[in-house]
Amino acid sequence: MKRMMVVAFVVTLALAFVFFLSAAMLELAPAAIDLRVPVSAHLTESGVSHPVTAVLLNYRGYDTLLEIAVLLLALVAILAVVGEAPVAPSRAAHPVLQTLGRLVTPLMVVVAVYLLWAGAFRPGGAFQAGAVLAAAAVLLHLVGLLAGWSSPRLRLRIGLAAGFALFLAVAAALLKQGSLLQYPPDAAGTLILLIECGLTVSLALILAGLFLFLAREEGA
Amino acid sequence: MTTGFVFAITGGALFALGAAGIVLIGDLMRRILAFNLMGSGAFLVLVGLAQRYDVADPVPHAMVLTGIVVAVAATALALALVRKLHALTGEIELPDDADE
Repeated sequence: MKRMMVVAFVVTLALAFVFFLSAAMLELAPAAIDLRVPVSAHLTESGVSHPVTAVLLNYRGYDTLLEIAVLLLALVAILAVVGEAPVAPSRAAHPVLQTLGRLVTPLMVVVAVYLLWAGAFRPGGAFQAGAVLAAAAVLLHLVGLLAGWSSPRLRLRIGLAAGFALFLAVAAALLKQGSLLQYPPDAAGTLILLIECGLTVSLALILAGLFLFLAREEGA
Repeated sequence: MTTGFVFAITGGALFALGAAGIVLIGDLMRRILAFNLMGSGAFLVLVGLAQRYDVADPVPHAMVLTGIVVAVAATALALALVRKLHALTGEIELPDDADE
């Protein structure tokens, strides 16, 4: 009985929230500061021609810098939680699935490189490219061609931290420009591509690691 | 009312659904799903309201892209913690504090 009342209370509260939020959103006045104008006005000096990429890696580059730091932190926390458990042997899947995995993986690598390159002028970029690469690694693990990862050795650690370190190095080198991650306009395109390449590698390894470091023996 | 508003209102409903789920559901796996639903709802509100007029505002879109990646990291960490809890206690529910 008490449980029923709690459910009814929470559901009523949620419905009221949706009603008032919808009403508020429909009444919402136009934003006092229209950010679309400055974004498009400075697009030519941002080094890329796609506004979302310009916001991500130029105007608000420090958000992206902290984002890759958060990802790295999550991976470190996961490694601390799983500890030194034995790695589960990769289970061999059906041969058809394995062949499919072998066929699809090179295509996914090509798609990832395309997404990385396309990010400068159309939807795409380092995060999408890294996600596709990580998905390829997870696919290979699921069809039994790639074993789960044990605690990372030096090379993997360097790969995991490379994107963040590279981003941080660029940010530190540019500090004399006055504010954080303010690129000189003529070098902005090259610097953004450099950062994105580093980010793609690290993101792919981190996102794949979020899955593959957890692929341990159950109960360990 | 433009499509942007439809997205935003759907996002608000998803957020409320997820929030109710977090409060009402004890099973931690489903609670993580509810948490993700809440996050998706918030992203949908941001993206929807950013394009309520003809041209989309790229700043909220970039923020949502950042948010999605952080949500993935948080989900993975939550799943790792649930696995550890399962390994230690054999359950995926938090102990019920009925002794209040």
